Amino acid sequence: MLTKRIIPCLDIKNGRTVKGINFKQLRDAGDPVELAKRYADMGADELVFLDISATLEERNTTLEMVLKVAEHINIPFTVGGGISSIEDVDRLLKSGADKVSVNSSAIKNPELINALSKKFGKQCITVAIDAKEIDGEWIVHLAGGSIPTKLNMFDWAKEVESRGAGEILFTSMNNDGTKSGFANSALAKLSQSLNIPIIASGGAGTIQHFVAAFTLGQADAALAASVFHFNEITIPDLKRELQNKGIPMRL
Amino acid sequence: MNVVIIDYGAGNIKSLQFAFKRLGVSAKLTSNPEEISVADKVIFPGVGEASSAMEMLKNSKLDLLIPTLKQPVLGICLGMQLLCNSSEEGSTKGLGIFNTEVKQFSTAVKVPQMGWNTITNLKSGLFKNIKEDAFMYLVHSFYAVTNAQTIATTHYDLDYASALQHNNFYGVQFHPEKSGEIGAQLLRNFLTLE
Repeated sequence: MLTKRIIPCLDIKNGRTVKGINFKQLRDAGDPVELAKRYADMGADELVFLDISATLEERNTTLEMVLKVAEHINIPFTVGGGISSIEDVDRLLKSGADKVSVNSSAIKNPELINALSKKFGKQCITVAIDAKEIDGEWIVHLAGGSIPTKLNMFDWAKEVESRGAGEILFTSMNNDGTKSGFANSALAKLSQSLNIPIIASGGAGTIQHFVAAFTLGQADAALAASVFHFNEITIPDLKRELQNKGIPMRL
Repeated sequence: MNVVIIDYGAGNIKSLQFAFKRLGVSAKLTSNPEEISVADKVIFPGVGEASSAMEMLKNSKLDLLIPTLKQPVLGICLGMQLLCNSSEEGSTKGLGIFNTEVKQFSTAVKVPQMGWNTITNLKSGLFKNIKEDAFMYLVHSFYAVTNAQTIATTHYDLDYASALQHNNFYGVQFHPEKSGEIGAQLLRNFLTLE
């Protein structure tokens, strides 16, 4: 049976992981390869690297990092952040990334999704959607969630699917950082109206939140950052508990 | 050991090269027919769309070379599918090594299948030291129908052939290079095949 995926997300700047990471066992908590290896060993099903580099030079350092991760890590990983062209994707895939995740650039230029899907295959094109529920409507936001668009999230998700996205990474801005659980009703609605996998993101605080994302939210995968980085939830405990709740896991 | 990865412009092979490097083997990427013919082991990779990949094979005449190979050949993902008789993806003929068809998953399930699934009914030396129901990583929208050459099956929508073998030709739908330690074991097994 196809199992549900647990995906730690690492923020990358200038080729290093940033934001709080608290693993005492690591020699260097900022080394993406060391951290990725640790997560892979603990049973992470995939990894996502989000590049928050500001400059071109920093981005080139990210490419070198991607190459190193591919050399040492034997599970799939996605790279997202600032991707806006076929060339960007080509460079990342050639450096060994398995998938890329596009966000703002797809909103500004939806044709990009068609072009990427045609050239590289839909299996490696994830579209990330940041959305916020405002007066009962889920509105897509740009630039890491700071700028609202006019797009309704469910309409945009449908369009993204029809343009050839292989997967959707849905981050609920209402939930992100709150540790109060995932946006399960929006997730369930997405999952029912689309025929591609949905990754839930934003709001993970407890193991029960993951259970709900897979049951109520019908998500195919769940992504989280700080609960893993700070050892608040360990991946083996999480996966065992999910399995006990009848959610298929790779153990 | 002389291992080559067939280069016909289809997909991302960096991960494959790295997977062999982790096993201490340098796998050379080549489209040169002589180099491919004399190699000890041949990897036939592939990511992307079947009919355009078939076109690329024809343009380089590799479609004529591959079926004549005598050493162990491992088709991975689309590589395996192209070794079948035909594919619904772009309605293309395949190389006809595996006597089966490649079809699209129904809309009863999410497509592509993406993630870790189990392989069962394991039947070949390719799976030495790999247990029944081991997990492998899969990403695909099309599947090979099971036949007498099936050496592993996986369930998604239905039971399909996740690995095939005919004489020296092996094919796996999953990505051993991305399937953790079990995937590495499969590649190790492939390297020891006669």
